Amino acid sequence: MLEIEDLFVSYGAIQALSGVSLSIGEGNIVTLIGANGAGKTTLLRTISGLLRPGSGRIAFEGREITGRAAEDVVRLGISHAPEGRQNFAALTVRDNLLIGAYPVYRRHGKAGVQADQERVFTLFPILRQRQRQMAGTLSGGEQQMLAIGRVLMARPRLVLLDEPSMGLAPLVVREILKQIRRLPEAGTTVLLVEQNARSALAIADRGYVIETGRVVLAGSADELKRDPRVQAAYLGRASRAR
Amino acid sequence: MTIYNVTGIINFAQGEFAMLGAMVLVSLGPLGLPLPVGVAAAVAAVTLMGGLVERLTIHPARGASAVTLIIITIGVDIAVRGIALLIWGTDPYPLPPFTAGPPLRVAGAIITRQGVWILGTTALILAFLYVFFEHTYPGKTLRACAINPLSARLSGIRPDRMSLLAFALSAGLGAVAGIVIAPLTLVSYDMGLNLGLRGFVAAIMGGLVNPAGAVAGALLLAVLENLAAGLFRAAYKETVAFVVLFLILFFRPHGIFGRGARGGL
Repeated sequence: MLEIEDLFVSYGAIQALSGVSLSIGEGNIVTLIGANGAGKTTLLRTISGLLRPGSGRIAFEGREITGRAAEDVVRLGISHAPEGRQNFAALTVRDNLLIGAYPVYRRHGKAGVQADQERVFTLFPILRQRQRQMAGTLSGGEQQMLAIGRVLMARPRLVLLDEPSMGLAPLVVREILKQIRRLPEAGTTVLLVEQNARSALAIADRGYVIETGRVVLAGSADELKRDPRVQAAYLGRASRAR
Repeated sequence: MTIYNVTGIINFAQGEFAMLGAMVLVSLGPLGLPLPVGVAAAVAAVTLMGGLVERLTIHPARGASAVTLIIITIGVDIAVRGIALLIWGTDPYPLPPFTAGPPLRVAGAIITRQGVWILGTTALILAFLYVFFEHTYPGKTLRACAINPLSARLSGIRPDRMSLLAFALSAGLGAVAGIVIAPLTLVSYDMGLNLGLRGFVAAIMGGLVNPAGAVAGALLLAVLENLAAGLFRAAYKETVAFVVLFLILFFRPHGIFGRGARGGL
């Protein structure tokens, strides 16, 4: 469903991605694993149109989308929940969801987004209770749930999730990952960026390991979990502890 | 201020929209339209002009830094005033008050009938802005754009369309303001300069993002101006806005009523 070929991206003189290729099948959960600064976030930002690649191509559902603006990419069916949640802090939870539905709302009005809102509330029931609260007053976990719920409102067929576990308690991370795992049932494919490789591989079908702007390893989640290099670099001491 | 909220730039041409509103209404005078029709036509015309100005000057420079865009608005301000001078000349035009009659006495204070119109219109505009930003989808979209431009784009909101909407809306509101005060001040090609400056100072006093704060700032500024004129000399009135501007920027850059952080409304 998403094909990336030989992607090069740089910030001025700094080369962030050097020839990344990867492919994501429909209905899969694919994870990108890598250290800080490896280029994971850059890759997501390039797919969603926030960054322009120097060269390479990105195709979504057989259509080339390389270099399209972010506000167009979301209309094509790719939603990006960026690092750090990035909700609209001074708007209520409900308004955040309505704004997340912008392209749908413009076409079908308020009634057209009711079902999507219901779906988000089913996924994260706490958001229903908080719907009149300002997004900025939510706890970290609730904000992350809102960030995911918000981008789902645009009816994406592919969601890009950047570090949904960042700064959250293990119990909350478990709850969020549980719901992410259910997204493909409703027809949403997931590209998940995580530093927490263990949790990411636990719910993913496939994974790519990125180091200094290059894909160094690719395979099914089970293969990666067993790979000694992945164990040493990303599963580390935690794997021995269990 | 609406433009600032949405795009993060200060529109120094805002005062010219007020002048254009009043001038267009004056020019419509010979047609003999009923006042409400004339006002509606003038406001609609200036709203369109606001959109046109955005398309012709801000849009081509989109992506430029805020400072560049602000300088563009200063250029627009000068250009609009120059064009107005060519069209309407230097003579001020009178505009009759909306309702004729002697000034009213309210609790010992004397207020002109046009003053009542001004207060009423201000309250109406505030109410409109409140309802628009808090309870309508386009208003919330504009706010979302201001709170988090990145997420707004990722949600599919086109920043250039929001910028157009903000300019048109501000121009229309500016025209309304220019029209209601014109009967008190006369309409001249350079009335926008003074209005723009004092509007800017009032908005700064209110902390820039808050319409109600700006109105409070305007009232305070007017009181200070008239105190200066009364206690010292009438000529000092004109300097008050500048002095207040400096004092605010030195000591309270977030506004007198500001809470420090941007983004709250």
